[in-house]
Amino acid sequence: MTDGSEAVFETRGLTKIYDMGEVQVHALRGIDLKLYRSELVVLLGASGSGKSTLVNILGGLDTATAGHVFYRGTDLTRAADRELTEYRRNYVGFVFQFYNLIPSLTALENVAIVTDIAKSPMKPMEALELVQLADRADHFPSQLSGGQQQRVAIARAIAKRPAVLLCDEPTGALDSKTGVVVLEALERVNRELGTTTVIITHNVVQGEMAERVIHLKDGQITETHHNEHKKKPGELTW
Amino acid sequence: MKAIDTKMVRDLKHMRGQIIAIAFVIVAGVSVYVTMASVSDTLQTTLQSYYADYRFADGFASLRRAPQGLAERLQEVPGVNQVQTRVSAVVNLEIAGFDQPVSGQIVSIPEAGQPVLNRLFIREGRLVRHGREDEVVLNEVFAETHGLRLGDTLTAIISGRRRTLTVVGIALSPEFLYQVQPGMLFPDPERFGVLWMGHSALAAAYGMQGAFNDVSFTLAPGARLQAVIERLDLLLAPYGSQGAYGRQDQISHNLISEELNQLEIMAFMLPLIVLAVAAFLLNIVVRRQISLQREQIAVLKAFGYRDLAVALHYVKMVLVIALAGAALGTGLGVWMGRAMAELYLEFFHFPFLVYRLDWPVVLTAAALTGGASLTGAVLAAQRALRLPPAEAMRPAPPATYRPTIFERLGLQRLLDQPTRIILRNLERQWIKASLTVVGIASACAILVMGLFWGDVFEHIIQVQYGLAQRQDYTVTFAEPTSLSAIHELRSLPGVLYAEPLRSFPVRLKNGHRSYHTVIEGFPPDPYLRRVIDADLQPLSIPAEGLLLTQNLADILEVRPGEQLTVEVMEGRRYERRVPIVGLAEQFLGVGAYMSMEAANRLAGQGAAVSGAFLLIDERHEAELMRALQNRPAVASIVSRDRAIAAYMDTAAETLLVFTFILSLFAGVVALGVVYNSVRISLSERDRELASMRVLGFTRGEIAYILLGEMAVLVLVAIPLGFGMGAVLSAVSAESLQTEMFHFPVILRGGTFALAATVVLIAALLSALLVRRRLNRLDLVGVLKTRE
Ligand SMILES: Nc1ncnc2c1ncn2[C@@H]1O[C@H](COP(=O)(O)OP(=O)(O)O)[C@@H](O)[C@H]1O
Ligand SMILES: [Mg+2]
Repeated sequence: MTDGSEAVFETRGLTKIYDMGEVQVHALRGIDLKLYRSELVVLLGASGSGKSTLVNILGGLDTATAGHVFYRGTDLTRAADRELTEYRRNYVGFVFQFYNLIPSLTALENVAIVTDIAKSPMKPMEALELVQLADRADHFPSQLSGGQQQRVAIARAIAKRPAVLLCDEPTGALDSKTGVVVLEALERVNRELGTTTVIITHNVVQGEMAERVIHLKDGQITETHHNEHKKKPGELTW
Repeated sequence: MKAIDTKMVRDLKHMRGQIIAIAFVIVAGVSVYVTMASVSDTLQTTLQSYYADYRFADGFASLRRAPQGLAERLQEVPGVNQVQTRVSAVVNLEIAGFDQPVSGQIVSIPEAGQPVLNRLFIREGRLVRHGREDEVVLNEVFAETHGLRLGDTLTAIISGRRRTLTVVGIALSPEFLYQVQPGMLFPDPERFGVLWMGHSALAAAYGMQGAFNDVSFTLAPGARLQAVIERLDLLLAPYGSQGAYGRQDQISHNLISEELNQLEIMAFMLPLIVLAVAAFLLNIVVRRQISLQREQIAVLKAFGYRDLAVALHYVKMVLVIALAGAALGTGLGVWMGRAMAELYLEFFHFPFLVYRLDWPVVLTAAALTGGASLTGAVLAAQRALRLPPAEAMRPAPPATYRPTIFERLGLQRLLDQPTRIILRNLERQWIKASLTVVGIASACAILVMGLFWGDVFEHIIQVQYGLAQRQDYTVTFAEPTSLSAIHELRSLPGVLYAEPLRSFPVRLKNGHRSYHTVIEGFPPDPYLRRVIDADLQPLSIPAEGLLLTQNLADILEVRPGEQLTVEVMEGRRYERRVPIVGLAEQFLGVGAYMSMEAANRLAGQGAAVSGAFLLIDERHEAELMRALQNRPAVASIVSRDRAIAAYMDTAAETLLVFTFILSLFAGVVALGVVYNSVRISLSERDRELASMRVLGFTRGEIAYILLGEMAVLVLVAIPLGFGMGAVLSAVSAESLQTEMFHFPVILRGGTFALAATVVLIAALLSALLVRRRLNRLDLVGVLKTRE
């Protein structure tokens, strides 16, 4: 799919500096990057290399210090907080390392909290079916295992039919077997809905399921790698 | 229901323990405020409509005897609306089965229906019939006290003749809500009552046919009382009037209006403090609750919820609690207010009650609780919303701690690890800690103030009746008599000592200020009735000049060394200039004192006495009473014990009941504040505490960390509460003082000890409750998920 036909995201010279008073942390140092429609990309890099910062900026959770991010031609770096909120509401799905489900809501309700405010969402149950958790719809987060919670989080992220799904270390808190189940859910969503998906990991093996693997180091892209053959998550072991 | 509203309902359910604790405090605050305010409004409104419906007069005067024809001239005085003339006399009464001296004021009423002014509310029976000399209507309080019913009889010594009177009616009058014996400060329904008799019967007995000795009047709209009084006095003076006076100086009205005013001040000032503390607590709790949810807020934002929607979510949540609490509190307040008003209805003997709850009261309560919780919610939500939503993607950074001042001072060797945790936590969250301290201290302060009032009354009685008025009985004569009357008294059975008294009515004037009272003359170094100074030392009575009580000097705006004009109103009227030579301390009533010699010179009737103070032998008390009652020269006999009881029943009781209720609520508030603070700490730190348990700390040790912090706060709050309580007591004493009564600021050790004990018990109770939760801390569950 990397035919260059349609770039969903394009960044130019993206830079992020955290000003900590005495020290300045250069989290991103001029990132130039394009992400295409329906593409599954893995962002690889050591802890502290700037992966989360990059994805947060792409998702409109954070703003860049310099450079530009274009989402379908709109410059997000110029967007006001309100526009960023609209952008997130309509186009972006997030999956966090620690699931971040609302503890007082059931699996189904955790999905509903997003479909309540989305433009043309799927039914919450449909989303749960996609991650094969329909039978756990009425369970509270505390009654679910880590892997199940992460799948609910995925259902929650994709229920609004986002244009892009951003996953920050979705398997980071899981063992490898559960991790595979979660990756399978992500792969399935990418395949069936055609959602552009970015998965952050520091696990090299997970790169094998992507069309493209982007390596980050010290806030810079060091290498981009195309996989001729994507592997199924089930074929991965780590 | 939207998922976000479901979340609200679930969150509320989840926090129910804490919500109940908060709701308790709100309900306590709102209900005590609504109760007190509505009772106060109700009583004021009831009194006003009672006065209006039963035509309570605006002004009064008593005289020796005036022809009925004078009434028309009085009526013509500009500013006078209606005039009611009467005959009134104070008589001795005998009631079967009651062998103590009783006197009564008999007031005449027309025999053809209700009087024009000061009408009666007939509770039972009827008014008197024409031509019946033996019919009498009794004031309800008096009848109840003596168990007198319709058809019962009592004996009155009228003009020296014993007359048997039959009770034909039991009535209430706006004029005698309190029946106070002339010369007394407080009512004593056992010893003094008001009776109404037909005009012609009473007039005949006192030789007052075609005449009157008492007049009341109402003012025309817009008329000035003072101007009317001046004109009336000119007309009345030749007939032995001691001067007309307005409602303000009518003793029943004066007492009740002062009492209702005090109630009003108390009703708004103190419950408002309770309410404020409740609101303040709500504010803290809401803020903590919302900051606990900062990551959920970040998630909502990450998914595109707008700031406003998120803020609204928390605002709704908080409003549900605040308004539910306020509604419940209002409901409870209305219920308690009604019940309390009913009690007061009986206490004051109002014929009816006009229950009133003003909207501003309810709105104030709702606005205070709603407002406090809203600002709490908004401030906290704002802070949470300011966090970039990226926060949700990151594990929360550990809170920043630093070594405390103790450690920086090098004292760390003295502190074990858990104690360091306590101190560092207090230092890091010093704002929260100080707010908690203020909340607990407020509760403690209210308690101190509630108990303070008990001490005040005890002190007043000790001073007034232990130091100043040490006589067992005060006897007054109908007319000033010669000194030999004292010797006669001394010879009566049971009299150990008799001290003479010379008193006469005067009007004291200083420029445009004037005050109607009596001057009392004492022997130079009195043994029984003493005048004391501000240091509670007896003053010796100077040979010349007046001693004034501090409050009277304030009213007249005079100081020692200055002169007053004294208008003598006994017999012939004239004015003299008299110097003020000193000030006296007196909590109850006002007083103007002189040496007997100077008093007699001023009154101009030679060496005379008007009464005596007696010290008696209790064994001969009954015998002495009989002897005194049989002496026609004796107009009244007043016992000190009865005076104390009357004071406690009237002035003290209303305040004490009030402050007692208030203290109860303060206890609830203290409990609420402490419990909520600990609960919040627990929910903020359950992870930390669970980790410590996992590391091998015992339940006791982690309880120490959590509760030790609370203990420090409570121990800081108590002395602060003492200070605040002392200020509050002084402020309440200041704002409740009236012309007649003022209150010393007496704070006893016992008060502080008791207040501290209540706070400590509240703290202990909350500690126990929280300790139970700590014991059930789910070690695995708490550690499984990230915050
Ligand atoms: N809110 C922040 N404040 C200061 N520095 C930050 C913040 N977030 C991230 N950083 C720093 O920016 C760099 C990149 O962080 P991050 O993007 O989280 O890396 P990764 O996700 O690859 O582990 C790190 O050095 C990190 O310490
Ligand atoms: Mg990261």
